[in-house]
Amino acid sequence: MRMGRRIAATLKRTALHAGPTVLGIIVLDFLFLQLMPGDAADVIAIEAGAATAETMAMLRERFGLDQPIITQLGNFLSHLVQLDLGHSARFNASVLDIIMTRLPNTVLLMATALSLALLMGIVMGSVMAAWAGKWPDRLLSVVVLLLYSMPGFWVGLMAIVLFSVKLGWLPNDSNMTVGANYTGLAMIADRAVHLVLPALALASFFVAVYSRLVRASMLEVQRQDFMRTAQAKGLHPFFIQLRHALRNALIPVTTVAGMHLGNLLGGAVVVETLFGWPGMGRLALEAVLARDFAVLLGVLLLSSLLVIAANVVIDLLHAWLDPRIGET
Amino acid sequence: MQADKLVDVGSRAASRKGRRLRAFLRNPTFLAGLSILSFFVAIALLAGWLFPTDPQDMVAQPLLWPGDDPAYLLGSDSLGRDVLAQLVYGTRASLMVGVASAAIGLAIGMVVGSAAGYFGGWIDTLLMRLVELFQTTPTFLLVIVIVAIREPSLSTIALAIGLASWPTVARLVRAQFRSLRESDFVMAARSLGYSSTRIIVQEILPNALPPVIVAASVMIANAILTEAGLSFLNMRDPNVISWGGMIGDGRDQLRSAWFLTALPGAAIAAAVLSLNLVGDGLNEILNPRSDDA
Amino acid sequence: MSLLAVEGLTVAFPGNIAVREASFAIAPGETLALVGESGCGKSVTAFSVMRLLAPNARVTAGRILFDGIDLLAMTPAAMREIRGKQISLIQQEPMTSLNPVLSIGAQIAEVIRRHERVTRKAARARVVELLELVRIPDAARRIDDYPHNLSGGMRQRVMIAMAVACGPKLLIADEPTTALDVTTQSQVLDLLDDLRRRLGMAVLLITHDLGVVAQWADRICVMYAGRIVEQAAIGAFFTRPMHPYSRGLLGARVDVGADEHYSLNRLSEIPGSVGSAAGEAGCAFAPRCPLVVPGCRLAVPPLIAQGERAVACPVVI
Repeated sequence: MRMGRRIAATLKRTALHAGPTVLGIIVLDFLFLQLMPGDAADVIAIEAGAATAETMAMLRERFGLDQPIITQLGNFLSHLVQLDLGHSARFNASVLDIIMTRLPNTVLLMATALSLALLMGIVMGSVMAAWAGKWPDRLLSVVVLLLYSMPGFWVGLMAIVLFSVKLGWLPNDSNMTVGANYTGLAMIADRAVHLVLPALALASFFVAVYSRLVRASMLEVQRQDFMRTAQAKGLHPFFIQLRHALRNALIPVTTVAGMHLGNLLGGAVVVETLFGWPGMGRLALEAVLARDFAVLLGVLLLSSLLVIAANVVIDLLHAWLDPRIGET
Repeated sequence: MQADKLVDVGSRAASRKGRRLRAFLRNPTFLAGLSILSFFVAIALLAGWLFPTDPQDMVAQPLLWPGDDPAYLLGSDSLGRDVLAQLVYGTRASLMVGVASAAIGLAIGMVVGSAAGYFGGWIDTLLMRLVELFQTTPTFLLVIVIVAIREPSLSTIALAIGLASWPTVARLVRAQFRSLRESDFVMAARSLGYSSTRIIVQEILPNALPPVIVAASVMIANAILTEAGLSFLNMRDPNVISWGGMIGDGRDQLRSAWFLTALPGAAIAAAVLSLNLVGDGLNEILNPRSDDA
Repeated sequence: MSLLAVEGLTVAFPGNIAVREASFAIAPGETLALVGESGCGKSVTAFSVMRLLAPNARVTAGRILFDGIDLLAMTPAAMREIRGKQISLIQQEPMTSLNPVLSIGAQIAEVIRRHERVTRKAARARVVELLELVRIPDAARRIDDYPHNLSGGMRQRVMIAMAVACGPKLLIADEPTTALDVTTQSQVLDLLDDLRRRLGMAVLLITHDLGVVAQWADRICVMYAGRIVEQAAIGAFFTRPMHPYSRGLLGARVDVGADEHYSLNRLSEIPGSVGSAAGEAGCAFAPRCPLVVPGCRLAVPPLIAQGERAVACPVVI
């Protein structure tokens, strides 16, 4: 099957490309760790209350902290290969375990926000393009410009005031009703209502980004000859926009969506903290407050890997939209 | 007749310059953005004259709503501080961080982008890898990590945002350089034996600037948003008033006094909006073909 | 009765009138060539017949009768029934006139399923037949190809297959071979001519290449600056062109041998450039015309019938 071959080719290319990036991120991560004030021995000494110079030296020897930088990098890498991101003194657990309990929540939030942003961006952008220069376009342009200018977390706060405080429709804390112990459909519904506000807050800025892009891209497609070909077949204008224009217009949108994934995940730090969402972003902030740099850098590393993984998904979407990709 | 033509060409060049200026003055988007922005700049400069007392001082009854007391037009917070005075002083922090970090990001991005675009080859491959690396890392987390390495002061925050935001500029400048690298005037400069540095700085860079200028306004806007997020998370200089910090402080009173979060957020939105309008306007003026409506 | 009768068509763009009072007719099964320099209004005329003008263009006068019904008075929905079924279109650029993200099979099947109630499977079988009809080798395998897999000539064949899929009565071909090399050009035009005979279609062939006209058209309409200046049967036109512009066109051609091959001719070889259709009183060709008399600049010369042909120049009649 041709489609299968193209997908396989895309996967292979992405994987080859991602390899060096992953390595680079690990090295960057290690360098930051070196720059952090204090090392693991200091952290343990502080936790223990006090330590003599001999104990410190012994600890440093045991962690390999007295070795030259390059050896330490080697050790860091070999630990990583064994999926060992270190131990958190503050949380008293392995860094990887801590992060892994938070990862699914962040993935859920990110995927929901991204889908929401893409969906709303496509709808709003298409409407703006279809009525370009007329009042629906002008009205939505103002909305989009505002969304583009408002901090996402503030949008979240205002949404809390409206939907949680004034109207009482939606919850604004955590990712489920604590202590309710719902099961089955009730659990899914409970999770879903908890997801609404954080996802909206995280998506708001990106709705604006994608709307602007879809609008420009749809207007560009209208000028193409194949649009006249489609009209000459007697197809309905709505059908032409949906089948012929949108698919072409979405190709640049997916490219940009891939470039914004890092920003999206970054925005999750504030939004998760704001909504008490137990994800990696909030963990990062907890780690900063606890001065637990192993956890902080672990989050940085895993978030970057998550961005790479999400980029693979975007690349596949791109290959599905554009048959010219993935062929030799 | 020949001379006539030359004069004609000269005057046409002059009138083109005039048209450019008139285009700035006629573009409503640009003008709207510029006037809001000028308002904020004026406020930031005049803050000390408008509110001579320390805005951190407790001056009023706590939690006055806007309009309750004409002396405190926008009310007071839970510590009895004047909200309007804080907003005015907060303008300084936002604009300073925005401009400083954009300058840092632009400087790094232009050096990296022009080197990659001009030299191509392995330099390009290597630098673009670096760009990709920084684009893959979640920007905001990177800023947090850098701020965590040092203490959260205004300069650290500006540096961190600058260090995290250069990749976009680098990509943009690289693309410009790649298209300009082969142009006639660069070829001519090269055949005259000019050094690479001279060609990059004097020949290509001025021609590559228009999209960078547009990007600069958007970068300042994004930096203000990032700074607000950081301050909201309490990663801020405790001695400096910032809009994000005000939102963070007001959050505890979200149920009773939501104006404490609404007002500074609106200020952020207005400032960022002005910069985005300026960016959109500049884009319409500098790249007329991108105008699609 | 003629299949298509365009009567007094005038099309305006903001600040410019592209077509002025154009009238011509096409009989069933006939190939009419519409000839002129680029910008003379020939493509605009063709697109008005399908009512596919750019949004800023407006038909300000005239009627377009197709089978006796005025297309300009039709509702958009009724017009969509005509497009692709009764009248179809082939555009100039095979590189851009196919949608790059849909397979060619899907793009051809689309027009069949729009106008006929057939199953997906039946439509696919029809597409294979059509691809064979336009002589695309290995049609059953090619059907799932995307436009970027095909050469320019092959893409134009796909466009033709799409255009003839529902057996239209009229095919509008807007410079169908301009973007192709000479060999491919004659293959595609031969194919088009063959299909015209087999399917009994009329063809409105828009071109600026007199060689193409001589070889494949029955009659010719010469357009200059938005107006039709001469209409004639091919034989009469090439033996005795009447309008000074037509004479200029034929005079500008280079004979490459006894077999009268015209394909090197380009219309732009007449001295001067095409005048603007707007504003000036009198004949638009007057500034370039070797036979100009003072009267030419006073009033626009009407198209005067002369038996089988018509010409808009009182000087030569």
